[in-house]
Amino acid sequence: MAEKTYTAGVKDYRKTYWTPDYLPLDSDLLAVFKIVAQAGVPREEAAAAVAAESSTGTWTTVWTDLLTDLDYYRGRAYRIEPVPGDTNAFYAFIAYPIDLFEEGSVVNVLTSLVGNVFGFKAVRSLRLEDIRFPLAYVKTCGGPPNGIQLERDRLGKYGRPLLGCTIKPKLGLSAKNYGRAVYECLRGGLDFTKDDENINSQPFMRWQHRFEFVMEAVHKAEAETGERKGHYLNVTAPTPEEMYKRAAFAKSLGAPIIMHDFLTAGFTANTGLANWCRENGMLLHIHRAMHAVLDRNPYHGIHFRVLTKCLRLSGGDHLHSGTVVGKLEGDREATIGWVDLMREPFVPENRARGIFFDQDWGAMPGVMPVASGGIHVWHMPALTAIFGDDACLQFGGGTLGHPWGNAAGAHANRVALEACVEARNQGRPVEREGREILTEAAAHCPELAIAMETWKEIKFEFDTVDKLDSAGPQLRVVNA
Amino acid sequence: MAETMAYKVGERKGETFSYLPPMTPDRLRKQVAYLIGQGWSPAIEYTEPEKSFSSFWYLWKLPFFGEKSVERIMSECESCHRANPGMHVRLIGYDNYAQSQGAAFIVYRAGAR
Repeated sequence: MAEKTYTAGVKDYRKTYWTPDYLPLDSDLLAVFKIVAQAGVPREEAAAAVAAESSTGTWTTVWTDLLTDLDYYRGRAYRIEPVPGDTNAFYAFIAYPIDLFEEGSVVNVLTSLVGNVFGFKAVRSLRLEDIRFPLAYVKTCGGPPNGIQLERDRLGKYGRPLLGCTIKPKLGLSAKNYGRAVYECLRGGLDFTKDDENINSQPFMRWQHRFEFVMEAVHKAEAETGERKGHYLNVTAPTPEEMYKRAAFAKSLGAPIIMHDFLTAGFTANTGLANWCRENGMLLHIHRAMHAVLDRNPYHGIHFRVLTKCLRLSGGDHLHSGTVVGKLEGDREATIGWVDLMREPFVPENRARGIFFDQDWGAMPGVMPVASGGIHVWHMPALTAIFGDDACLQFGGGTLGHPWGNAAGAHANRVALEACVEARNQGRPVEREGREILTEAAAHCPELAIAMETWKEIKFEFDTVDKLDSAGPQLRVVNA
Repeated sequence: MAETMAYKVGERKGETFSYLPPMTPDRLRKQVAYLIGQGWSPAIEYTEPEKSFSSFWYLWKLPFFGEKSVERIMSECESCHRANPGMHVRLIGYDNYAQSQGAAFIVYRAGAR
């Protein structure tokens, strides 16, 4: 952009936006895209086109380009790498100057990086694999309203994962019957119960009625067990105004935690709600409905590790992470990768876990990962080994499906959890000795013995989940 | 399959490990060793059961910074219990890096033998 003469017409993108000698600045926002270019389009040109379309460029030169310092504002494609085992796709690394983005706005970042460019004709397919948010940008975002440390201090729960359960059937229960299911779970030993994401305010159970009965259940279970309890009251609503109204009502009833779906409701709503939670001392549980639409296709969309980073910046205290072992099996190493991104202060580049960049979170609080979906007591040893203490393990069918009911199911899970934690602290290899640990615990707990018998046909799966080894040290296509 | 059993009513619990059988000295020793091995600072708290919801229990002496002896912590727990019969006694591992508690569980439960 050195020449100050204007020539109308279409120019090769790579002349301006392919800069292989560029050394990214600490303040740059970095992104890596997986690109499949159209036939005949060179990789450098496709990468440069993505850099252009996601930053300052448009399809043709315009005279007003010369009125600004485009050399500063342009995105730069600075590196291309092959995708292991794939001859069509390649990775393009792009650096964006921090001033391209409004401070504290995940919305603005995504509008640029995954905006028009995804419909761009020069590329056959495009997937945003990772973003490095510079610390200078991280510091402009609110982040989790409370974080793991504050959540533990509020609840007085230390040295173990938390236990939860999604109430089922997910649709159709009346408010009082729903509250009953909550009460039984909590009095049996769970820390949390959860609204199913589909539950908002339907004709069979309006939100006010649900909130009232559920909070009666929470308070009664707290008084009886002597432990802090909570239920994720879903405040996801058709409008922001309605969302805030529901959040305020939850607070008025003494609820410690509310819930939101960050993708269907959108980042604007989510960031606003996170700010409200910070100001009102409320924990915020985040569900991720719609994520698979964005992250499941290996050649299109946005990888979940990017959505994870965006949520941590936007704000949430819990985020669903997948279980590795349950009905929605995910790759173990890749899952640990985005779990680290949720809760660690610094996450180094680690291609074996799909992490392309160092990510420094500064002092931003951590998000607690939530493992939920098709898990039961037999998975407990693997779950405690994979997730460690700072996670919430949620057993839906694995609680409610107990032959003696929710309280017994909850009790069985709590005993299994504490037995695994105790064994781990004693230095026992919890995954390998899982069967013995659970069997020993069940000797003192008929609820656990019955649970183990009920789900005995579902075999241990943790021998088969470690898939990255066979794929070699390079990044395997996750979510394939 | 056994017949449905009614769930017992009204048994108060006390967070981590309170759903397992009461701690024996042998099991407790292993947890103390784990806590010390993590580099956490052992501390002992106690309270009247009716005040157990409070964030702040009475602190027994000061946290035992740098203490590596499992037996010393065992005997401090017992001393606290002896001096405060009828109270819950809880062992904590302060994690100064996370500014949190890496461990916290009741060692002597009020009302238990």
